[in-house]
Amino acid sequence: MARIDVNHVRHSYLPYPRTDADFALREVHHIFEDGGAYALLGPSGCGKTTLLNIISGLLHPSHGQLLFNGRDVTTLSTQERNIAQVFQFPVIYDTMTVYDNLAFPLRNRGVPEADVDRKVRETLEMIDLTSWAKKKARGLTADQKQKISLGRGLVRSDVNAILFDEPLTVIDPHMKWVLRSQLKQLHRRFGYTMVYVTHDQTEALTFADQVVVMYDGGIVQIGTPAELFERPRHTFVGYFIGSPGMNVMPVAIEGKTAMLGSQRIELPGSPKAGSGAVELGIRPEYVRLGRDGMAVSISKVEDVGRHKVVRAKLEGRDIAAVIGEDETVPAEPKVRFDPAGINIYADSWRVEMGA
Amino acid sequence: MDKTWNNKAWFLVLPVLVLVAFTAVIPLMTVVNYSVQDTFGNNVFTWAGTEWFEELLSSSRFWEAMVRNLIFSFIILAIEVPLGIFIALNMPKKGWGVPVCLVLMSLPLLIPWNVVGTIWQVFGRNDIGLLGYYLNAIGIDYNYVQDPFDAWVTIIVMDVWHWTSLVVLLCYAGLVSIPDAFYQAAKIDGASRWAVFRYIQLPKMQRVLLIAVLLRFMDSFMIYTEPFVVTGGGPGNSTTFLSIDLVKTALGQFDLGPAAAMSLVYFLIILLLSWVFYTVMTNYDAER
Repeated sequence: MARIDVNHVRHSYLPYPRTDADFALREVHHIFEDGGAYALLGPSGCGKTTLLNIISGLLHPSHGQLLFNGRDVTTLSTQERNIAQVFQFPVIYDTMTVYDNLAFPLRNRGVPEADVDRKVRETLEMIDLTSWAKKKARGLTADQKQKISLGRGLVRSDVNAILFDEPLTVIDPHMKWVLRSQLKQLHRRFGYTMVYVTHDQTEALTFADQVVVMYDGGIVQIGTPAELFERPRHTFVGYFIGSPGMNVMPVAIEGKTAMLGSQRIELPGSPKAGSGAVELGIRPEYVRLGRDGMAVSISKVEDVGRHKVVRAKLEGRDIAAVIGEDETVPAEPKVRFDPAGINIYADSWRVEMGA
Repeated sequence: MDKTWNNKAWFLVLPVLVLVAFTAVIPLMTVVNYSVQDTFGNNVFTWAGTEWFEELLSSSRFWEAMVRNLIFSFIILAIEVPLGIFIALNMPKKGWGVPVCLVLMSLPLLIPWNVVGTIWQVFGRNDIGLLGYYLNAIGIDYNYVQDPFDAWVTIIVMDVWHWTSLVVLLCYAGLVSIPDAFYQAAKIDGASRWAVFRYIQLPKMQRVLLIAVLLRFMDSFMIYTEPFVVTGGGPGNSTTFLSIDLVKTALGQFDLGPAAAMSLVYFLIILLLSWVFYTVMTNYDAER
C-alpha cells in the first residue's frame, strides 16, 4: 500500500501542446493518502481516465511528478510501479481457468508455485469464486469476469494501489450493488489504497470517502459526499452532483440581500463577491414550496417515488424543487429559499459569506 | 413451441433449387453416369460397373498424385500460417501505415490465377527471367523445367507469395479487434511478449486462423491453374497434382470413365475434409 503524491501533473496527447486547451489534464496536484478510498468523478472527457492511467504508468505525464510513498516513480513502467487496475470491460484470459487467471500475474513474476497456490486460494476466497476455480474463465458472467480482473490485482499482496476505470459499466444493475458492497468490504478489511473512476455520482458517493470531482482537465473540488452536496465549490459540482442538480441563477448582491429580477432574497451573510458574474445556487432540496415567498408558475410535477420534483418558472427562469411524496402543490404556489442551502458564486467559483 | 408450417416457403426457394439442380446436381449425376460406363466414342456406352473405381484406387499414379497433393498442402500451410501470423503481428495498428500495408497485402490476391502462373513462369526462366537468370548468374543451379526440386520450390514460393496475404488479412482483422485494455492489463500483470501472444493474441485469432487454414487447405488441395501454367505438371510427373492428373485423363486422353471415377473420389475427399473442418469449428464454438 502506498501514499500517492501527484505533483503538478499535466498531460497532453499532442506532441507539442501550446495552449491550455491542448492539455487533456491541465494541472493536477493532489495527495492520495495511504489506504484511502477515492473516487474520480466527472463527465466523459474530463481527464479522469488520463489521470488514472498516469498513476498506473500506462501513460507518462508531459509535465510533473508522481511519488509512491515519497519515491519518484514518474518514469517507471507499469510493472515496476506494482499497481493493479480493473478496466471498464472485464479483461480475462479466455483460454485459462479461473485459477490460472489469478495465478498469471504471480507466475509472470516468477513466484514459487507453492506460494502461488496459497495466494490464489486466498484470493479466490476473497472474491467468492472458490467453487469456480477449475472452470474455464470464458464461461463466466460479466460480474464474475470483473471479479477475476480485480482478483488478479488482489493476488499480489504488495500492490501499491488498486485502480478502477469505470468497472461497473457492463454489469447488470442488481449486481452493481453487490459488487460495490464487496469492494467496500475488501477496502475495510485490507485497507488498500483505491482510486475509482466513474461518471456515476451514486457509485462515487457510495464507494468513496473522498470524492475528487474533475471538470475540463482539472480538479474542481475534493471532499466528502456531504461537502460536495452542501457546499459545491464550483457551479459545475452543483449541476453534476444531485438529482436534479443545483438551481443556479444570476443575481445582484446588495449587502445581505440578493436581487433576482424584482425579487429580494435574504442571505445568511454578506458575500465577498468581487467583480464578474454573480450567481446564486440552491439545491432543489432547500427550495420550499408554500403559500408565501416568491410567486412561481408550475410547469411540471414529476413523481419519482420517494419524493416529487416540481419544475417551475421563477422570474422567467427554470427552477426545480423537491417536495415530500404526500405534499401537495398549493393553488397559488410560492417559493422560499432556505438560507442554509444558499451558496453564492462569482465567476462560477463559490465565495464565502461574512457576517 | 407451436410452429406454423407454411408450405408456401417452398415456393420461394424453388428458383434456387432449380438453379442448383442445373448447375450442380445434374452435372454431378452426368459424372456418376460416366463413371460406371465405358465408351469408345460415337456416343456408344457400355456398362462397366465399379471397374473404373477399382482401377483408380489400385493405380499408383492416383496415389502418387494424392501424396504429392497432401505434401504440397502441408508445406504451404506450414509456411503460410506462421508467416501470415508473423506479418500480421508486425503490421502497424494505426496511422498512415495501415492503408499502405493493407493495399500492399491485397495486391497479390487481386491477380488472377493464370496471370500469377505466367508471372512466375517468366520470372523463373533462366534465359530471360529476372529470378532464374540472376540465380544462375550467382552460381546457383536453378532450372525448374528440368529439376523436380526446383519446380517444387518455384510452385511453393509462388503459392506463398500469392496466398500468405489472405492469412495476414484474416489474422490482422482478428488482432485489431482486441481492445487496448487487454494489452494494458497484460502489462500490469507483468506478462512477457510471448505470454501476450500465447494468451491474448492467439486465442483471439483462433477462429479466423481456423477459417484461414480451412480456406488455404481447400484451395491448395484443388490447385490447378498455377502449376499447370508454370510446369504443366512436370518435369516428369513431379508436380502433377490430383486436378492436373484429372484433366490429363479426361481431356488429354479422353478417358471419360476413369476421369469421372476420379472426379467422384476427389469430390468425396473434399466433402469428407470439409465435414471434418466444419465439425471441428462447430465443436469449438459449442465449447465457447
